[in-house]
Amino acid sequence: MAKVFIYPATSLILSDLVARFGHKALGTALSIRERIQTAGLDSPPLQMTPEDAKRGLRWAAVEVPSGVRGRMSLFGPLIDEAEAAVIVKHADYAFGCMGCARTDELIEFLIKQKGVPVLEVEYPSDEDTGIAFVRSIKAFLKSLEGTHE
Amino acid sequence: MSEDLVRIAQLSCGPEYSGVQKEIYTAAEAVGAEVFFPDLSLADIRRNFRDFGLDVRSGDLKLAIARAVALVEGSVEADAVFIASCFRCAEAAIVRNELRRYIHEHSSLPVVSYSFTERTTSGTLLTRMEALTTIARRRALLARERQVGLTMGVDSGSSTTKAVIMQDNEIIGTGWRPTTEVMGSADEVMALAFEEAGVKREDLDAIGTTGYGRFLIGERIGADLIQEELTVNSKGAVFLADCQHGPSTVIDIGGMDNKAISVNNGIPGTFTMGGICAGASGRFLEMTAKRLGVDITELGPLAMAGMGGDVPMNSYCIVFGTQSLVNALAEGHSKENVAAAACHSVAEQVFEQQLQEIDIKEPVIMVGGTSLIQGLVRAMGELLQTEIVVPHHSQYIGSVGAALLSSGFVEKN
Repeated sequence: MAKVFIYPATSLILSDLVARFGHKALGTALSIRERIQTAGLDSPPLQMTPEDAKRGLRWAAVEVPSGVRGRMSLFGPLIDEAEAAVIVKHADYAFGCMGCARTDELIEFLIKQKGVPVLEVEYPSDEDTGIAFVRSIKAFLKSLEGTHE
Repeated sequence: MSEDLVRIAQLSCGPEYSGVQKEIYTAAEAVGAEVFFPDLSLADIRRNFRDFGLDVRSGDLKLAIARAVALVEGSVEADAVFIASCFRCAEAAIVRNELRRYIHEHSSLPVVSYSFTERTTSGTLLTRMEALTTIARRRALLARERQVGLTMGVDSGSSTTKAVIMQDNEIIGTGWRPTTEVMGSADEVMALAFEEAGVKREDLDAIGTTGYGRFLIGERIGADLIQEELTVNSKGAVFLADCQHGPSTVIDIGGMDNKAISVNNGIPGTFTMGGICAGASGRFLEMTAKRLGVDITELGPLAMAGMGGDVPMNSYCIVFGTQSLVNALAEGHSKENVAAAACHSVAEQVFEQQLQEIDIKEPVIMVGGTSLIQGLVRAMGELLQTEIVVPHHSQYIGSVGAALLSSGFVEKN
């Protein structure tokens, strides 16, 4: 089983696909749930605090907008943990929204820089490309079997 | 509108991730408003975003655009709009500006835009939220064009405290003092105004307060109206400049922050408040006067006699501005030229940093103490390529606005 970072990190479809083929999806659902359920913090709706933007300095410099740094405090630890990644290019809004384009650029760069296996795939536009889309993700995830314990 | 809850639609990208969303909620709550995110269907998001035509990449900005279109089309109802995004984000800055302009042009909703950092506090947002709710709630009061009865306005600013007594649409008493102890300064200016007007506190029909010390003073003296300076100043400005009908732009370069307000028929539409640093405020001119060894009242005429373009000066930051000032004097530039350069520098910063955030429509009215510095008014006029209007009593603008608006309470009292 490999820990697979998914992009967009909010995509439930990608998360489900990764889990179906026996791996652990690294998406934001869990880290956001943790923010919502952690007692003691009171900054709704995500309970992010200015401290998170400060923690984000580990991945992005101080000149970078605070929203990027705050987001990186969620995504950064996932990227650090990732053993592989599936990146869907030009995904539809409904497929999973990442919010900030600048954060997206940094995430893609960091994950590629890590040197882990990465699958980049275009978001499908019709049924045929949809089938090919799922097939390529399946093949990639299968190729990870045995490479990680 | 009554004192009902004012619903402010938030169009934003990033505040929840920057940890400042709670500050936005707190500021809104403090002024009896509720911030909400317009709810849209996925199909509406796609359609509105496509129709608007600005092809941004960020998902949250796409959502903000779609929400703005829904507000203008009326499929979502709101009383006011707050646009916010991360400071330093170029894509968000473009969206922020275009949405502000779009909403202002296509609806009557008051709108303010703000770029935040992770250190933004509710206190910073309070005056803006208060102005939004005032415009939404008190349209009838803001539409008041004549002062009636005997009323007083007290404006407690960061640098100076002013009081004005008005009777039957005329100013009959004024008081002006540097702000030291807030209540003490207010007592002094009120005494001066009473003396000049020849009336007593008990003769007054109504009182209004504005400025930073408005709550403290307003509560102590039992004011009928306690209102932020954005709406009060714009009302005072159009009243004194006799521009109560049609569009106008009010610029108030203050001691601590600057206000630029786009006004239509006496009611503010969009406004910006802040300033990057004290280098772009009256404080820098005060410091310049001190360094040149002249009184602040002499700085204006001095600047008018000089040529600002001959001296390089950039007061983007007050420390760098001071450095330029010292260097210019050391290089042998005349006091006149240095004074003119300082005025030009402040005007340039306000023009570059703030006036871009509102739509400049003539007449442009400059108010506040700094409007008495002719060199600054000339520099601003040159930058905007227009004749700037400085109305009489322009330094009392907040007090006049407060006296005028509080007269709406005369009959009630």
